[in-house]
Amino acid sequence: MTTVLETRNLRKDFGALKATQDVSFRLEAGARHALIGPNGAGKTTFINLLTGVLKPTSGEIFLNGDDITSVRRDRRVARGLVRTFQINQLFGKLNVAESIGLVISERRGHGRDWWRFAGKLPGIADEIAQLATDFGLDSVLDQPCAGLPYGKQRLLEIALAIAAKPKVLLMDEPAAGVPEADRHEVLDRISALPSDVSILLIEHDMDLVFNFASRISVLVGGALFAEGTTAEIANDPRVREVYLGGGDE
Amino acid sequence: MAKTDMTPNGAKVVKIMRRPVRWSLAEIAFWLLAVASVFLLPGQHLILTEIAGLAILALSLDLILGYAGVVSLGQAAMYGVGAYAAGLYAIHVTGEPLSGLLVGAAAGAVIAFATSFLLLRGADLTRLMVTLGVAAVLFEVANKAAWLTGGADGLQGIWIDPILGLFDFDLEGHTGYVYSLTVLFVLFVIARLVVNSPFGYSLKAVRDNPLRASAVGVPVNARLVAVYTLSGAYAGIAGALFTQTQQFISLDVLSFQKSADGLMVLTIGGPGYLYGGMIGALAYKLIQDALSGFTPQYWQFWVGLLLVIFVLVGRDRPRQFVIDVMARLRGGKGGAQ
Repeated sequence: MTTVLETRNLRKDFGALKATQDVSFRLEAGARHALIGPNGAGKTTFINLLTGVLKPTSGEIFLNGDDITSVRRDRRVARGLVRTFQINQLFGKLNVAESIGLVISERRGHGRDWWRFAGKLPGIADEIAQLATDFGLDSVLDQPCAGLPYGKQRLLEIALAIAAKPKVLLMDEPAAGVPEADRHEVLDRISALPSDVSILLIEHDMDLVFNFASRISVLVGGALFAEGTTAEIANDPRVREVYLGGGDE
Repeated sequence: MAKTDMTPNGAKVVKIMRRPVRWSLAEIAFWLLAVASVFLLPGQHLILTEIAGLAILALSLDLILGYAGVVSLGQAAMYGVGAYAAGLYAIHVTGEPLSGLLVGAAAGAVIAFATSFLLLRGADLTRLMVTLGVAAVLFEVANKAAWLTGGADGLQGIWIDPILGLFDFDLEGHTGYVYSLTVLFVLFVIARLVVNSPFGYSLKAVRDNPLRASAVGVPVNARLVAVYTLSGAYAGIAGALFTQTQQFISLDVLSFQKSADGLMVLTIGGPGYLYGGMIGALAYKLIQDALSGFTPQYWQFWVGLLLVIFVLVGRDRPRQFVIDVMARLRGGKGGAQ
């Protein structure tokens, strides 16, 4: 198996707080990998380091073998490293079609085109429509993002990332806050993602983790605590003690 | 575009994307009224020229504030430099007005581009202070460089040739008004294209959520530099137009008052739909005119009071009103963005 995303001794200090401690991590091609850990373990900080929202104190990040530690955020996206956010980050005043459209347009290298109206290039409208249909958003294409029901917003949150055609997708608690009734819809979309997309999933919902992931890493206090197959992690007594709290349902 | 092999939802998307691009009846009516003012209000052309100039300044501010979320209290920097550049060009090179506008645009763009990098870090307060500071610095530079700018005495001896060699600038301001209105319309049409282009959508993404914009591949800083430079060119043209229609420049063009006027006008009309600057400029000048006739000494008191009331009542009102009217005329939902 080839490694698509790798960190070497990645560290991030916020003053005295060691948010990420010497994390050396590998994500294999086509992986369905989960990152779990108690609250405050530094999972989101880790994603922020990978995507360039935060600069690491030390250590390196490699994407397909290239050092991207000091590569700009949008360039990482252009190289195929895309994320979703734990708290929805949408374009409040734009509608669903415009939001998805601008991501596609940027990916295709048209983001600087100021001399023609958007939505005129053949193919883009169809791609917007296809993606919206895939994510159950075709009925709300003309609705501003800010006014969508929460479940739809959550789906759009993921659809925006998919519109950037990721090769490596980092998902920060995609089902967070989604009511039980809508949850299966979100999960179905995630399961339906193409198998050549490598996925790292941060999640609190253990059912989702065990259903989705074939490999699990456990982060505790900013450091990698354990890593293994789903079965190994589920049966690891140390993991049960620090994270699963000994009680499984 | 190959309509035949487009999916039904694809066609729906095309329709949605076209919505803000179609000229609505309200828009057409607005511009017809503007043209009508040329013929119906010949005695008001001087004040209408001022309004058109102020509207272009506010339009330049709308590009950054309404579409990229960048607040500024220093638009006078680009306006003033554009005014002086056009004035010096007229004195030392040629009085040909159209090339003078381009010189003003270039001067405004250069100043904006050079200072845009100061705006990339920091939030609203930082940006307000930086833009304010840049304009204050340029004001003092123009004041000290009296050998070039005329300093506090103003720049005199500007002579502008007839437009296209045909239309002479007259004392009643007829030519000046038609000229200003034409420039305003051309700049408006370009702005309308830009804000509805893929580039414009990336700006709106930055405005609504810079974090997410960068996370879907939008180079946020590059886009901000680009739109700030464009805005600078617009402000520069507004300044050049002032020079050409007044044929005199005072230090006021670089003053804080000029920046504040632009922001006030845009606030009255509402940012983010391009008409705010024009509606605001019209309302502001009419109020100013009416009040200064009514209470010559205290009109600023009333303008100030009205502005406070206006902002408290809600500055989205006029914008929402226009959107509602457009939507009703169109018979569909408002395409707010």
